[in-house]
Amino acid sequence: MRALLASIAVLFASPLLAQQSLPPAPYAYRQLDDPAQEQAAQDLMETLRCLTCQSQSIADSDAPMAGDMRHQVRIRIASGESPDEIRGWLVERYGDYVSYKPEVGAATWPLFAVPVLLLMLAGALLLRRYRRRA
Amino acid sequence: MIAELGLAALWLAAALAALQLLTGALAVRAGADGAEIAALTRPAAVLQGVLAGFAFAMLLWVFAVTDLSVKLVASNSHSMKPLIYKLSGAWGNHEGSMLLWVTVMALAGGLIALVERRLPERTMQATLSAQGFVALGFYAFLLLSSNPFERLPVPAAEGLGLNPLLQDIGLAFHPPTLYFGYVGLSIAFSFAVGALVTRQVTPDFASAMRPWVLGAWVFLTLGITAGSYWAYYELGWGGWWFWDPVENASLMPWLAATALLHSASVLAARDALRAWTIMLGVVAFSMSMVGTFLVRSGILTSVHAFAVDPERGTFILFLLMLYIGGALLLFALRAGTVTEGTRFAVASREGALVFNNVMLSATLAIVLLGTLYPLLTEAFDVRVSVGPPYFNPVGAIFVIPMLLVMAVGPLLRWRQDGFGRISRELALIGALILAGLVLFAVIGGIDLLPLLGLALAGALAVASFLPLKGRKLRRTPIAIWGMVVAHFGIAVALFGMASESAFSQERLAAVRIGEATQVGPWTITLAGVAPVAGPNWTAIEGRIEASYDGGEPRVLRPQARNFWAPPQETTESELATRWNGQLYAVIGNEAGDGRWQLRLWWKPFVTLIWYGGVLVALGGVLALIGRVLGDIRRRGFRRRLADRRAEALA
Repeated sequence: MRALLASIAVLFASPLLAQQSLPPAPYAYRQLDDPAQEQAAQDLMETLRCLTCQSQSIADSDAPMAGDMRHQVRIRIASGESPDEIRGWLVERYGDYVSYKPEVGAATWPLFAVPVLLLMLAGALLLRRYRRRA
Repeated sequence: MIAELGLAALWLAAALAALQLLTGALAVRAGADGAEIAALTRPAAVLQGVLAGFAFAMLLWVFAVTDLSVKLVASNSHSMKPLIYKLSGAWGNHEGSMLLWVTVMALAGGLIALVERRLPERTMQATLSAQGFVALGFYAFLLLSSNPFERLPVPAAEGLGLNPLLQDIGLAFHPPTLYFGYVGLSIAFSFAVGALVTRQVTPDFASAMRPWVLGAWVFLTLGITAGSYWAYYELGWGGWWFWDPVENASLMPWLAATALLHSASVLAARDALRAWTIMLGVVAFSMSMVGTFLVRSGILTSVHAFAVDPERGTFILFLLMLYIGGALLLFALRAGTVTEGTRFAVASREGALVFNNVMLSATLAIVLLGTLYPLLTEAFDVRVSVGPPYFNPVGAIFVIPMLLVMAVGPLLRWRQDGFGRISRELALIGALILAGLVLFAVIGGIDLLPLLGLALAGALAVASFLPLKGRKLRRTPIAIWGMVVAHFGIAVALFGMASESAFSQERLAAVRIGEATQVGPWTITLAGVAPVAGPNWTAIEGRIEASYDGGEPRVLRPQARNFWAPPQETTESELATRWNGQLYAVIGNEAGDGRWQLRLWWKPFVTLIWYGGVLVALGGVLALIGRVLGDIRRRGFRRRLADRRAEALA
């Protein structure tokens, strides 16, 4: 898995290195004309990780790769793809790591089980305390 | 010479911490017979503080004169840097910031040794001993694995410079502020351990601990607020909170300290929640240490990077387990002997405070889980990201009920009350929330969370002043004012956050000089572009004329900077602040055909986020003043009472 990620990173990075001197992809710094589509693209971009930055979404980064991903998101939204399809496409390419929005799955179920447990625990704690006191 | 003086002071301070640990522990064991040995503990703590402060001053000195034979200076400073950034560079790196950490800890320890006279002397000895124990671990870490005073065999010709993002006035004050908060909580931790050791968990213990928690909490609040504003204007994309692990590392101690503050108030006023207060005292400082571990061990860049150079990380991890594990073990052994104290009803001030304590703790657990989970899976070679789409809704499950109870709780009486008595206030709060929901839903296009935030903020703002109803304002205790202001601050910040996410408008545009574009109510004209130079950078500076709603234009000058030591590009945003929000302008690269990239945002009421934070801190300061004045007055009263008794007996 690690080797796979590394090779993907290298594959993606090598054309990027060559591109550094070229102007960024057109829609990296350009909004879509349709405000509703731009809003959808913006909402999606805020939940995608910039893979070459530390803890930033692609909507918050000047990194060339973030710019390229913004371009991809915008043209795909413009061509009518749904945000979930685009997220799926990116996750397929880069793994779950690219999405800030964890989905319930084999590797992530505790993220969703723990809040439910916490709710029950908090409820039990409060009930016990209140019942005893009242 | 200067560096060696600093190092020597540091070793001496470590030795004094060991002495303090020893004499404190012996004095606790010996009880009343240990007066002689106990007399050593307080002076040791004070001297330790002085020596650590001296060592830190020596570090500032070598940075101020850019002594390039010191490794830390050579790798983090540069002779061409402005003096203020030379000084702030002293703690803008691992070793320096850890020295700052132990210095603050030693100074705080010295201060309690000097001023705290309320607690039984035996508890005090145990507290100082615990403080010495914690400090000793961090001295060991500093001296054995992160010596800030290390010399280079051959002095460097020039320093490597400081990360340009960090060359900002925000950085000069942000980390020290946070560290005052982090480390202030170590005092709460030591008090908790001390009280557990001697089984003296009393209202007096809570009132002795409370000013320290309040002080630490004020610093944390200010530190988080300033850090958020710094990220907002420095990173150049208009975001103000990223749920970044480094940010979470400062939020977690804040959440724990907030809970601790409120539960200590219950203990001080009503002698209830004893075990819970102790537990939170342990948790709060544990979160400070977890935060330090996350930021300082390098684990955040990658678990694998951490595994490659594990020395520092393992050291802090060891300290973490030693202190947290030790304190929890002590708690487990003693918890049975600490009863929960006085009883109370659901509908009471304590009832509401307990509810919110549980909600705060649950929120803390969510933030901790979301921060650590990706690190955990990465250790198993599965990489996941947990970000705003997780933290916001899941956190809201616990935060929204908490905010509701926060509006109502201060209206309830201690011990036993009924909701019937405050039915009019409840109706008012309910009506305000409903009105807010309807009003903002009619505007339309607002997501659920911002909508709830806006409605709750309005109701909360009004509700926070209700506790003043029926009071004579002039005779209301300062501490009550503190609560009112802090709760109002939460409402203000909440409104800012919700408004930012509901109403922000963005415009990315490539414009020629002389061309105009629109963002929200603003008309933006790029009037010119010129090269400028600073002490260690060159930049392209845009001259932007911004006119709000057709009014008189204001000139903004955002820059795209190129630093040369080390080489890095940054964007310097420019802000136009109005009472109802901020225009945020960034200039990017030339698009190639004579057009320039502009990034513009109109963010209505965004400034309320930080004004709110400052109000919360101000509330904390007022509460602190109120409590300290109250203590002084009570002390005088007790002394007079004792005098009178002595007279009567005579």
